[in-house]
Amino acid sequence: MTTNTVAGAPATSFRIGMLLNDSRYRSTTIQVVVLCGLMLFFAWLINNTLNNLATLGKGVSLSFLGIPASYDINQRLIEYTSQSSHLRASIVGLLNTLLVAVLGCALATVLGVMIGILRLSRNWVVSRLMAFYVELFRNVPVLLWIVFFMAILIESLPRPTAFRGDNPEASMLLWDSVAITNRGWYVPEPLFTRSLGDLSVGGIFEISVDLVALLVVLVGGIVAARMVSRRAQQIQEDTGVRPATWHVRILLITGPTLALLFALGFHLGFPELKGFNFKNGIYMRNSLIALWLALSCYTAAFIAEIVRAGIQAVSKGQTEAAYSLGLRPRLTMGLVILPQALRIIIPPLISQFLNLTKNSSLAISIGYMDVTGTLGGITLNQTGRELECILLLMIVYLTISLSVSSLMNWYNAKVKIKER
Amino acid sequence: MESTGFVRTTMVPAVAPPISERTVVGWLRTNLFSSRLNSALTVLFLALIAYVLWQFLPWAIRSSWTANSLDECRASIKAAYGEHASGACWAVIRERYLQLIYGFYPAEYYWRPNLTFVLMLIALAPILFPRVPRKLLIFSGIYPFLGYWLLWGGSIWGVVLVVGGLAAAYFLLTVLSERYGLLVAVTSIVVGTILWWMVAVAPLQGVLHSVIPLGLPAVASNQFGGFTLSTIIGVTGIVASLPLGIVWALGRRSDMVIVRAISVGFIEFIRGVPLITLLFVASTLLNIFLPPGTSFDIVLRVVIVVTLFSSGYVAEVIRGGLAALPAGQFEAGAALGLDYWKSMRLIILPQALKISIPGIVSSFIGLFKDTTLVSIIGLLDPLGLSNAIRADSSWNGIVWELYAFIAVLFFIFCFAMSRYSMHLEKRLETGH
Repeated sequence: MTTNTVAGAPATSFRIGMLLNDSRYRSTTIQVVVLCGLMLFFAWLINNTLNNLATLGKGVSLSFLGIPASYDINQRLIEYTSQSSHLRASIVGLLNTLLVAVLGCALATVLGVMIGILRLSRNWVVSRLMAFYVELFRNVPVLLWIVFFMAILIESLPRPTAFRGDNPEASMLLWDSVAITNRGWYVPEPLFTRSLGDLSVGGIFEISVDLVALLVVLVGGIVAARMVSRRAQQIQEDTGVRPATWHVRILLITGPTLALLFALGFHLGFPELKGFNFKNGIYMRNSLIALWLALSCYTAAFIAEIVRAGIQAVSKGQTEAAYSLGLRPRLTMGLVILPQALRIIIPPLISQFLNLTKNSSLAISIGYMDVTGTLGGITLNQTGRELECILLLMIVYLTISLSVSSLMNWYNAKVKIKER
Repeated sequence: MESTGFVRTTMVPAVAPPISERTVVGWLRTNLFSSRLNSALTVLFLALIAYVLWQFLPWAIRSSWTANSLDECRASIKAAYGEHASGACWAVIRERYLQLIYGFYPAEYYWRPNLTFVLMLIALAPILFPRVPRKLLIFSGIYPFLGYWLLWGGSIWGVVLVVGGLAAAYFLLTVLSERYGLLVAVTSIVVGTILWWMVAVAPLQGVLHSVIPLGLPAVASNQFGGFTLSTIIGVTGIVASLPLGIVWALGRRSDMVIVRAISVGFIEFIRGVPLITLLFVASTLLNIFLPPGTSFDIVLRVVIVVTLFSSGYVAEVIRGGLAALPAGQFEAGAALGLDYWKSMRLIILPQALKISIPGIVSSFIGLFKDTTLVSIIGLLDPLGLSNAIRADSSWNGIVWELYAFIAVLFFIFCFAMSRYSMHLEKRLETGH
């Protein structure tokens, strides 16, 4: 392991054999050899690549990103037409990847935590059923789940035309606000009668100012509420009496937000059946829904196991100690069990989130246009730039993964048990 | 002083266990109806199970096993169970199960994958179960080459020469390492063996084959498919990624800066990109990276990529195991005077690997499931074949039956692996 040099070792003259036989020099020798080998290997790869590209009459260039993509992307978050560039198509794809990743992580966490806790239930039926769920989803490939969910959506949901007529076969859900059809799901969209307009960000895409204003007000309210609660804590520590602040905090968070919503003229735009299809509302395509549900259900099985293991890892003595200190069950959970369980749960949870994001690249099998489908799919096939497209694709995923894992390292360092 | 103590002179008769411990009703009360909330949950979940079974069972049972196309199937179900009945068309499984298992492997050679599979079980037995005779390990060593020859066919001399080279290398290693030291011996032997394989094997094989033609008819890679393909990719990846993962994990914890940097770079790269991008590399970019004119088998390319991918994950799991060992173990090894490899082999790795078993096995299960991704780059694994079957006009539109069949087969493999890992954990448990 370590190269220990003994103090006062006899200073012998250097011989060439010592490069291998003397532990002081051996590791340097090995490293130099490894580095040379690696550099030779890469030189060989690059040389081959350049030769092959020269034979094919191609150079390495990213100029193809500027030319019009001339294909359609039917599920998109920002403006895009077939005249837009390949770069823009890739950005649309990247946003689609992030969309399904965020939706999937949220649903997977909710499902996973529920299933993980229910699996610990003393109720035999409940715990067995949850164990069955976990084993079923963990032991079948995620790609199979994705195509399976897609098949369910296409084969078993009503066609939009089934909603027509005086006596329709299918009806909308939730007071005529959500339409679930085999072409996709239509949900109400938020609309503003007195909108503040859109803000162009660097000429690439536009952000609704209403949304930004809402977020700012909401975050401001939460910060103010936390300040109130901190002050209450201070008063409690000084005087021993905690002033009741919950109503002030609720008002601080909801009041300004509701006022802003009212000022902007907020209302919902409901989907309506026009002709053979639905109009208005937010249209989520089947491919998005199938991918979302499949990834969530699959990842939830893994999260359930993580949650279960995390809760079981906190020893029973902790609960008993908290009870003997006189804490109530709710406080015990909040102050003793959860903080310790979370330290165990969060790191693998985040790596599951990363897995979900990487698995979302399987969208290509059901035609959801994520970044693999655009940059690594149609753009690659149209331009024939395999090298550049795949390298860019890898860089995109690497950036997402590395930034999330550096976030995780920061969190781990923060919650690490402080030892001597 | 008079004692007030009293000691009972006879045994108290044993009392029967409380009712909650012995009768069915007691079991039900503790496990299903212990509180109002629990009772509600029980009823709710039982209703859910009943509903799912109510929907699923009639479909699965009112089925047809005999039809030859989807239309025929539906007609026969309607004739048997009424106008509105819909049932599973398991006939597609009956007609196509051989294809789902063997792909387009020639039917007259089905015995070869079968034999390879049986031999695989024999080769794995001494590794998985300690009670099997240790001598079988020699067979396990030869098996990869034998399996390759059985599946792909061709002249047997290539396999014999490759194995012979390995055997000679091992023999020379014991001789050379005594005379020149381990490092020199290993380096020269590795270089020598690779040179032997690359330069000498091909011409010698031709000569030997012309003298004694012994071999099996060759089967091309594009004829491989179905579960045979999944198993080939999965098992090879699993077997090869464990040693590779150990090397990466040791590299990541090494004191040598450059070795560590390379290991970290490799592991983070592998774990940061989805497998599908690496499969794209295997299917399209590898031709660009390699010298002009080289083309090698797509199955081999996929196996290499899947192995590298899995080794990154295995390395991280093993690194966790190494980190969990107390520093005293490393120091004890050094105090005994063991060198790096000896202390790793005898003290550190056995403990670290034992801790990492659950993680290693779950990354193996992940690898086996990920073999389905090869359908995206056009190989005919079961999922790829299900699309091919649907392209046939007589089975156009069949979905659930195929997916169910594939899911069941994968489930059996993966579930067995996870159960074995639990068994292994228990077997190696030395704690109190």
